[in-house]
Amino acid sequence: MPDAHDVLFKTLADPTRRALFERLCREGEKTVGALTARAGVSQPAVSKHLGVLKQAGLVRDRHEGRQTHYTAQLGALAPLIDWTSQMSAFWQSRFNQLEDLLKRMDQ
Amino acid sequence: MNAISTETLSVVVERDVAFPPEKIWRALTQPHLLEEWLMKNDFKPVADHHFNFRGDWGAVDCQVLAVEPNKTLSYTWAAYGLESVVTWTLTPTGTGTHLRMEQSGFRTDQQQAYQGAKYGWQKFFAKLEEVLARTD
Repeated sequence: MPDAHDVLFKTLADPTRRALFERLCREGEKTVGALTARAGVSQPAVSKHLGVLKQAGLVRDRHEGRQTHYTAQLGALAPLIDWTSQMSAFWQSRFNQLEDLLKRMDQ
Repeated sequence: MNAISTETLSVVVERDVAFPPEKIWRALTQPHLLEEWLMKNDFKPVADHHFNFRGDWGAVDCQVLAVEPNKTLSYTWAAYGLESVVTWTLTPTGTGTHLRMEQSGFRTDQQQAYQGAKYGWQKFFAKLEEVLARTD
């Protein structure tokens, strides 16, 4: 199965693309024009980055007249932020350390 | 998985440990012992006491909720916008203790997902740096 992490890593490894995604996370829906104004790259470049983000499921687009609006899809980050499995792994390893400590403690 | 819901989740880890509850209790409640297997801390087994666990990656804000020596201990656990409660239960068995940890109260709503994303990202960038360091 293609690793969901790989796609996310590759997509977000580009700093310009990551900055666009972070801005959509922080500020909510934005048009391509509004994103370009502060992206430091041309509008075609921004559109191309947004296309890659869209393919990875990280943004969704909505057309309204001649404008395209983009929103961040936080759910796409789920493979990176699965709390329950992260915390399970954390506590399992701490239980191991606790058992090691108990063996070293006197009594 | 749907990251935008208000479902509450919990994590349970339990294990049969070959030591009596009294000994495990010390490891769960004495700061210098806690530090050895969990994290640096200023814990006190006193209800309402506020304390922190401190790791390389940041701090966890906690408050003691309940203390019943050798039986049960619970405290709040807040990190990265994640509010939860950690409850330890010690049950004596013929050969030692059944030790159970439940961390409950994960809410997978959007706020959590965003806070979680920030944490996920730190790990993710650390990993990415490792990968980049290896691939010339």
